[in-house]
Amino acid sequence: MAKKKKTSTEQVIRSTEPQGINLDHRKKKQILENIVHGIFLLLGLIAVGCVLLITVYLFISGIPAIHKIGIVDFLFGREWASTAADPKYGILPFILTSIYGTAGAVILGVPIGFMTSVYLSKIASPRVKSVMQSAVSLLAGIPSVVYGLVGMLVLVPGIRKVFNVPDGAGLLAAIIVLAIMILPSIIKMSVTALDAVPKEYEDASLALGATPIETYFRVSVPAAKSGIAAAVVLGVGRAIGEAMAVMMVAGNVPNMPDSLFQSVRFLTTTVASEMAYSSGLQRQALFSVALVLFMFIMLINATLNFFLKRDGNK
Amino acid sequence: MGSIISVKDMCLWYGNYQALKDLNIEIPEMSITALIGPSGCGKSTFLKTLNRMNDLIPGVKISGGIYYEGTDIFSNEVDVSHLRKEIGMVFQHPNPFPMSIYNNVAYGPRTHGIKSKVQLDEIVEQALRDAAIWDEVKDRLKKNALGISGGQQQRLCIARALAIQPKVLLMDEPTSALDPISTSRIEDLIMELKKKYTIVIVTHNMQQAVRVSDYTAFFLLGELVEFGKTDDIFSQPKDKRTEDYITGRFG
Ligand SMILES: Nc1ncnc2c1ncn2[C@@H]1O[C@H](COP(=O)(O)OP(=O)(O)OP(=O)(O)O)[C@@H](O)[C@H]1O
Ligand SMILES: [Mg+2]
Repeated sequence: MAKKKKTSTEQVIRSTEPQGINLDHRKKKQILENIVHGIFLLLGLIAVGCVLLITVYLFISGIPAIHKIGIVDFLFGREWASTAADPKYGILPFILTSIYGTAGAVILGVPIGFMTSVYLSKIASPRVKSVMQSAVSLLAGIPSVVYGLVGMLVLVPGIRKVFNVPDGAGLLAAIIVLAIMILPSIIKMSVTALDAVPKEYEDASLALGATPIETYFRVSVPAAKSGIAAAVVLGVGRAIGEAMAVMMVAGNVPNMPDSLFQSVRFLTTTVASEMAYSSGLQRQALFSVALVLFMFIMLINATLNFFLKRDGNK
Repeated sequence: MGSIISVKDMCLWYGNYQALKDLNIEIPEMSITALIGPSGCGKSTFLKTLNRMNDLIPGVKISGGIYYEGTDIFSNEVDVSHLRKEIGMVFQHPNPFPMSIYNNVAYGPRTHGIKSKVQLDEIVEQALRDAAIWDEVKDRLKKNALGISGGQQQRLCIARALAIQPKVLLMDEPTSALDPISTSRIEDLIMELKKKYTIVIVTHNMQQAVRVSDYTAFFLLGELVEFGKTDDIFSQPKDKRTEDYITGRFG
């Protein structure tokens, strides 16, 4: 934008020079320039406007229910019975489920994703790397309903058999599905960060007699740590915002998540599964749930920005 | 004076391209050998072969032999880590790790199993002193090494290489990225280091070769044209091509 401004001021200066014939032409050109400039600005503002609109709307529609229910009862109430005669709107089960589910996915997914990215970036031959990277991209492109479907048909019965529990749908199934879903973003971003480590660092380490593996873990990974941390945060964001797949494998019952096999419901799935038939305070409370989710995502985004900025400043 | 490294009929190919042809050279111990020659003649390639850094490049083929203290460095019994501990390397561009000055120097000793803090402190200080940078950085050992000047970074890299107590130090144009003052400090340092180490240095700067080195090897298109005492090479070169090169008639 700054650049455009400069050229247009240049044109203004030049067009005040007495050049006769070209004057009209220049003026027309400048008007056109300004129009195009305006269109770009407008298009850019659409995205910003959407974010603002959603934020404001969420706050306006999310706060009344919190006010009526009371913030403590809402956030820390252990019972959610939105359609009962005496309705209860405590979302602690959802908050904890979302946190546990995300944490579980991270504990499971990050080591796998991290090791895979070290392998892809540093060890794999170019051919293996390109094949595996396209596989990872494909994994990223699979719609979440398909993850849910496969989870339902394979994972849930599998968990039932392996752990000998009455129902395989629950927290563990959701954690596993989420772990797989966050793999692509973690791998892709970590590989980018590791690929960007200057080869000179690695050469220096090898020339000091370190083995390649020592070099990757003591030089390359520390040098890429901001990028890898950002990758993890991105994975967390993806996990906490996922609704469809977890709805299909988690059992979707508003229980406290006190066991890995408990049927549970996430913040996202609460909204998704009740919105269609909700009314009154229940509906308002769902907006409040969405608001809480939104706050989580904002927090994660701020963390992500922090890591990326720190990387950029180096 | 005895030789510490002897190269016998060594050829090197990058894929189909032959970069080094039938090299025979004896690197004298406790002295400074300069490698000179026009760009692309294989100086860096030769240097990297001596500590087997070329192993890392796909498609490299080597024939002939290189003997370090009598042992063939390409034989299966040789541990590459150990070889690189004996034959250290300083690169053309200063490349300290993005970590503290202390950790940069301690990296090598730690790699080779030294864990005691007291011992590490001692090694780090000695290496920094030997590299003539101790006084400049002693108060900020915990600071990131990327925050010091280019000349200091290069001396830090020398310190890092010295910290594993190599016997031979390979230097690939160590001053080409530096200003004249840093350059002359590093030249002084190199001449000081000669007392304890064998040094092989690549340089494009004829004055530098004359100033610091005892022996000079002139490379051309992958061949060793002439090797001898620096004084002889620069005062009465035997080969016409050497004479043309050092008098600046080509290259
Ligand atoms: N990794 C590589 N793959 C293929 N060819 C290479 C590789 N590295 C070097 N070469 C080629 O080998 C030849 C010698 O290169 P080398 O880097 O050893 O030259 P040099 O004498 O160090 O040159 P300079 O003075 O410019 O540093 C050059 O022709 C170069 O193109
Ligand atoms: Mg070179």
